[in-house]
Amino acid sequence: MEELEQLRGELQAAVDPDQTMIVVCHGTGCVANGSQDVTQALKNALAEAGEDIKVMPGIKTTGCHGFCSRGPLVIIKPANVFYQQVKPGDVEEIVAQTILKGETVDRLLYKHPQSGDALETTDEIPFYAGQERVVLQNIGQIDPTDLEDALRAGAYAGMAKALTAMQPAEVIESVTKAGLRGRGGAGFPTGVKWGLAAKHGDVEKFVLCNADEGDPGAFMDRSVMEGDPHAVVEGMIIGGYAIGANVGYVYVRAEYPLAIKHLEMALDDARALGLLGENILGSGFNFDIRINRGAGAFVCGEETALMRSVEGKVGEPVPRPPYPSDKGLFGKPSVLNNVETWANVSRILDRGWEWFAGLGTEKSKGTKVFALVGKVNNVGLVEVPMGIKLKEIVMEIGGGVPGSDHFKAVQTGGPSGGCLPWEDAELPVDFDSLIAAGSMMGSGGMIVMDDRDCMVDVAKYFLGFLEEESCGKCFPCRLGVPRLRETLNRFSKGQGTVEDIDDLYSLAEAIKMGSLCALGGTAPNAVLSTLRYFRGEYEAHILEHRCPAGVCKDLITYKIDPDTCTGCRACARACPQEAISGEKKKPHTIDESLCIRCGMCMESCKFGAIQVF
Amino acid sequence: MAQTAIDIDIDEIIERYPGKPEYLIFLMQDIQAAFNYISPEALTLVCDHTGVAESQAYAVATFYNSFSLEPKGENLVQVCLGTACHLKGSGLIAENLMRSIGLDEPGTTEDLKYTVETVNCLGACALAPVAVVNEAYQPKVSSPKLMKTVKKLGDA
Repeated sequence: MEELEQLRGELQAAVDPDQTMIVVCHGTGCVANGSQDVTQALKNALAEAGEDIKVMPGIKTTGCHGFCSRGPLVIIKPANVFYQQVKPGDVEEIVAQTILKGETVDRLLYKHPQSGDALETTDEIPFYAGQERVVLQNIGQIDPTDLEDALRAGAYAGMAKALTAMQPAEVIESVTKAGLRGRGGAGFPTGVKWGLAAKHGDVEKFVLCNADEGDPGAFMDRSVMEGDPHAVVEGMIIGGYAIGANVGYVYVRAEYPLAIKHLEMALDDARALGLLGENILGSGFNFDIRINRGAGAFVCGEETALMRSVEGKVGEPVPRPPYPSDKGLFGKPSVLNNVETWANVSRILDRGWEWFAGLGTEKSKGTKVFALVGKVNNVGLVEVPMGIKLKEIVMEIGGGVPGSDHFKAVQTGGPSGGCLPWEDAELPVDFDSLIAAGSMMGSGGMIVMDDRDCMVDVAKYFLGFLEEESCGKCFPCRLGVPRLRETLNRFSKGQGTVEDIDDLYSLAEAIKMGSLCALGGTAPNAVLSTLRYFRGEYEAHILEHRCPAGVCKDLITYKIDPDTCTGCRACARACPQEAISGEKKKPHTIDESLCIRCGMCMESCKFGAIQVF
Repeated sequence: MAQTAIDIDIDEIIERYPGKPEYLIFLMQDIQAAFNYISPEALTLVCDHTGVAESQAYAVATFYNSFSLEPKGENLVQVCLGTACHLKGSGLIAENLMRSIGLDEPGTTEDLKYTVETVNCLGACALAPVAVVNEAYQPKVSSPKLMKTVKKLGDA
């Protein structure tokens, strides 16, 4: 342990905190927007400016900074000057102005959405100022492919403390006292789970990391693995030591190639430095980690299905009990936690359970990372203390809804969760409040919807998703979910009766009670929560045969506004049905009998002349 | 006896993992990545190596979305149908794309030029609606934009 701290000290001393460092975000969002080209342009520009620069700035590429809608992001440290939507063509100016003269390039700064003021540094931007970063503390700060950089930021300090100065039972006690609850969705107390596995004594055990982040609209775990993989590795080593396991498995979605790459690098580097493998830090504890790539099955996020998949089998859940803490992977006692939980474990051991227990609410301690997406200005990744109001996340940190002063609904909890209405804007976001409101925390997807989003369509969407992903083992889920979806299908066509709504409730109850795992058990939530808060919208479909949001294909018509139409013919060329006619430079019209409502005309119109009724 | 290139590749892949049932999915993933599908012959080789019954391997191959027992097209287009993309119209975009290349549902065109898949969230929600064409992310796509990109590939 002393050697590790000595190395950390040397690494920290070798870096001058005042040296200019240009940080470029290489998260998936920024890379897709071209941040790699920006990095290359920066390298070229610095090389060219070479002789004019007194002290050559460093360039660091990091994981996701969270502010994905503003990417590619470039931050100049130590002043934390924040440049957004940077293009390779902007780089020359950044070098000439900021690096050489110390002046900011105003046009690349973020403008406050209300006041319009240009904000210079990250700390001033509401998106960052409202956050409390614990799990994400190093992401955007460190180069995730560089163990030395992670060590400078404190990586493996918690593990070193646990392995050299604490008994396994003391580690479990710390995690229990911290009040950490599983971040994968259900919120089970982590320390209690560990204790159940540990009590089996000296037998072979396993720890697993659930990185099969399958909820649509959720990418928290991907960003943690991409941006700070050592936090996950460290947490798993601590967990292995606490319960007496020598092998860990990370089960990660194959859709996340960059996360897999960074995890593999982290494991190799940790092994090379003696932080993983035989006799870690001379403690006598052996532990190693293997990566399993998922093969594309949502149900494998369920713990028993995940373990079957690691065994090389079809990922079908099995009844519990026996719980995995008694009989899990290969029939041995096993503990499964998700990515964010493991990262929290590292922080708790590093900074102490008292500190962690001081964050959040009485029953939901710590912070939660959310993927804030949909109809919100600041799409991205945010970390907030538990108990923060829904409104604060969406309207303040998220910068509100484009073109509106309110959201229509916020969907949390993935396909298992529900939709919360604007009336719940003051709701504290914690495990128990969300369940009481008919939704759930889930893994952290938070999808904002506006008045153009139809709640019947949203419920139908989630049921369609679950119908496809149901493993088919138990019939309440296999047969019940399609029946729910079919009923909603009829509603979306303006068919059905109000009595059908009563049938939905009783069918939902049967599916909840009879399903083998949580996939089926929570499947009706999307219907139940939208019925609870948006029943009027259901009735509009059934009784008035209209979709108030203008989404359900069979209930809408496309029309061209003659005052806005310029007669450019773009829509007529795009229409696959040849349903649009009109003379050039004169307003066009749509033949409703031919229209298949594919939306091609609307997408191709540059003047916003096509409207939905 | 002369071996074809495919035989040699498969043997090399099979030898990457110990002959235990728990490596079934690893092997199938590597074969899928190398050949774009898992042929009946390849499946038999994997079963012989891992000691898994063919019926079980077939169950695994058909259970997981990422395995294909049929060859895929030259160009792979994945349209994200995650929640954020759905709200921004990705369902219509997928339908419009498929109609334009003669597909009724996700799958491969007869001339093996294209495979269209719909995927459940790529975790790139800030780019919604998003599609991936031959591994390149296409942020904020529209039907006309995606159809143009895809058509260009086919003409090349």
